Amino acid sequence: MTVNQASIGATPSRSGFLRRIAVEYGQELIVFSAIIALFIVVSIVNPRFISANNLTTIFAGNAYIAVAAIGMSMVIITGHIDVSVGALIGVLATISGSLAVAGYPIWFAWLAPVLVGMAINSFIGILVAYARIPSIVVTLGAMSILRGGLISVTGGDWITDLPSGFMIAQKRFFDIPAPLIFMVVLTVLAALWMRHTPFGRSLYAIGGNKEAALATGIPIARRTVMVFAIHGAFAGLATILFATQLQVIQSTVPPNLELTIITASVIGGVSILGGTGTVIGSTMAAILFATIGSALIFVNVSAYWLRAVIGLLILATVLADMWRRRAKS
Amino acid sequence: MSAAPYASLKGMSKSFGSVNVLKAVDFDVRPGEVHALLGENGAGKSTLIKMMSGLYKPDEGAFTVDGEEVNFNSTRDAAAKGIATVYQELLLFPELSVAENVFLGNYPRTSAGTIDWKTVREKTRDLLDQLDSPELDVDAKVLTLSVAQRQRVEIAKALGKKARILIMDEPTASLVESDVQRLMSVVRQLRDRGVGIVYVSHRMAEIFALADRVTVIRDGAHVATCDIGDVDEDDLVSMMVGRSIESLFPKQEANIGEPVLEVRNLHRGHLVRDISFTLRRGEILGIAGLVGSGRTELALTIFGMTPAREGEILIDGKLVAITSPTRARDLGIAYVPEDRGLQGLVKPMTIKQNVTMATMANVSSGIFLKAGEEARRALDAVRRLSIRCREIDQTVSELSGGNQQKVVIAKWLETVPKVLILDEPTRGVDVGAKAEIHSIMGELVKQGVAILMISSELPEVLGMSDRVLVMSGGQVTGEIDRADATPERVGAAMTAHRTKETAE
Repeated sequence: MTVNQASIGATPSRSGFLRRIAVEYGQELIVFSAIIALFIVVSIVNPRFISANNLTTIFAGNAYIAVAAIGMSMVIITGHIDVSVGALIGVLATISGSLAVAGYPIWFAWLAPVLVGMAINSFIGILVAYARIPSIVVTLGAMSILRGGLISVTGGDWITDLPSGFMIAQKRFFDIPAPLIFMVVLTVLAALWMRHTPFGRSLYAIGGNKEAALATGIPIARRTVMVFAIHGAFAGLATILFATQLQVIQSTVPPNLELTIITASVIGGVSILGGTGTVIGSTMAAILFATIGSALIFVNVSAYWLRAVIGLLILATVLADMWRRRAKS
Repeated sequence: MSAAPYASLKGMSKSFGSVNVLKAVDFDVRPGEVHALLGENGAGKSTLIKMMSGLYKPDEGAFTVDGEEVNFNSTRDAAAKGIATVYQELLLFPELSVAENVFLGNYPRTSAGTIDWKTVREKTRDLLDQLDSPELDVDAKVLTLSVAQRQRVEIAKALGKKARILIMDEPTASLVESDVQRLMSVVRQLRDRGVGIVYVSHRMAEIFALADRVTVIRDGAHVATCDIGDVDEDDLVSMMVGRSIESLFPKQEANIGEPVLEVRNLHRGHLVRDISFTLRRGEILGIAGLVGSGRTELALTIFGMTPAREGEILIDGKLVAITSPTRARDLGIAYVPEDRGLQGLVKPMTIKQNVTMATMANVSSGIFLKAGEEARRALDAVRRLSIRCREIDQTVSELSGGNQQKVVIAKWLETVPKVLILDEPTRGVDVGAKAEIHSIMGELVKQGVAILMISSELPEVLGMSDRVLVMSGGQVTGEIDRADATPERVGAAMTAHRTKETAE
């Protein structure tokens, strides 16, 4: 930095590091504290909660939700929404598994869901950006098409006999489960990308005020198509983790998957109105859900309560977001 | 004209935060008079009006209506006392019919308690006939009406509530000349029937034709109230401005150079028709015109938000195709919009992020933004334009209007523009910030920037411009040099119509 501190004098400067962290990552800190608190409380009630085995279940078993939530967060930050991502992951899983079973190279079976995800979502992005159809409408349509198409094509058959080389989610590197590595690396890269590149900055600008972004020369239509395409790539990466964790791939779409992913973004601090939030938050929120789900089992509460608890968290988060906005204006 | 005032305000004061918008202002309205309220933009006229109509509560002061002190909590309270307001932006429901709008909120009822539509329609017809508007259909949807017709519906609505005082906020700002005459005759008629009218307008001709008394306020303070016969136009202007225009708008001499922007026969819809002009280095070209004359639309077309359908734009003598704001920005055109909240700022983002938003490529190293470089530029801008803030990581929504406007200007100065389009650069900013923005403009033209300034404030246009381009109905109706630019000449061109050579 070449800032001459003396010449600034009493004029404004950059604020302190800790204060900026507290202001910019408020929601992320709250979610992080909630995870830590849960771990402490549940471990006291039932020490087996922090066994290596259970930790693997919590982190690795739900990593695909966190990965999909990264792309979803980018879409929501830009001021859009995608309710078709659950159906998309179902379709991509079937494509990937079919290719693996049919004897195509493993790398191709992994690459295909990423490319197809990007292609399908680019098309959605084009409809949103150029045909100006609201994203909720386009993706509701896409959801029906993908779901219906999946059942019709597979006839409800499950894919079994997956080659063992395909099962990347079951692998470990340096004794760390592969999904965990995926989740951490992708979250860190995406967070850096969103915070420190002109591209990421422009997404926040579009979500914060589309008109102003346009009047500042940010090509919002192109950015919108790109953010949907990137979201499709993350859906593809999530698919790889999802499709390779069990020995079978069901030909149905996981119920409520899109809602779980959207919820992770929102609870992680991504404003549903666009313009604010981080992918670190959405990943932490995905971990929080997994922790709550596991904790309910360990303290002997029916797992059906999980959805109710998450529902309460959504309302609390959105209320807090509205509050903050009102306090600011 | 010596009747006792129907409504009387004494020592009205109002502050918003630390800004004192009204300082002990006195005002009264008698039955059967037109009382003109004059003042510059931001002088406090609308605040005063809003107090009378129950939208704002005064911090101090006494408000008496018909001899008794009142304390309005809502516009309903004001309406109950016979005070009605016709705002500049008309508050009608476009999808409802004329009759439905006129009696909205106090529909006559039948004995069964349902709305008595027959009476509603008859009474509306009656009210419109009183306003000499037999051509207005009570069943027409409001969205099918012209601005002038909608205004008469608003007046009928006020009369339907048995208004004793009618407040009219710049009623002629968006009317064409023939409609102005008609409105003035309606106003006279109302006055003769004993309605007291508060008439807010900038147009001297109307004030001298209509008003019985005039009150001038400046910077939130009462300057004078006098009978119209006791003053002339010069008196009123000097009362309004309080100093000569030259000292208010310190025009800096700059060397005017070769043409930067040439516009030839530009077309875009009915508000940008056959427009040609040339803008030179170091020149400030003012664009004057009424609301709806196509000034902003012209700016948006040059900036590529609504690209031109026909015509040519030349930058530095080279023909260019401006198809998007991105393209315009890359060609060296900057646009500071009319509504900074809508098109200027991304309010949840910080000062730093807003300042570099148009130039992110310049502060990045290929992929990543350079945090230090970005902060340095933002600090520079804050210092150069004296943006008052705590820190550059503060969100812009926390800043005052004037400082927000400076952030938008700072953002565009980062692009080092050749042509800077300023659309209402000082609307809604306080007097101090206004002077600062004017001196920034002076600095810029000295550096060779060409400025296209749109302003509704005639003194600003006359004070700052080297040349004035006047628009009306989407066309240029006058191009006047600084030396010849008088309020009369510009005003005449603003309401003129170029009918003979309309396209097609």
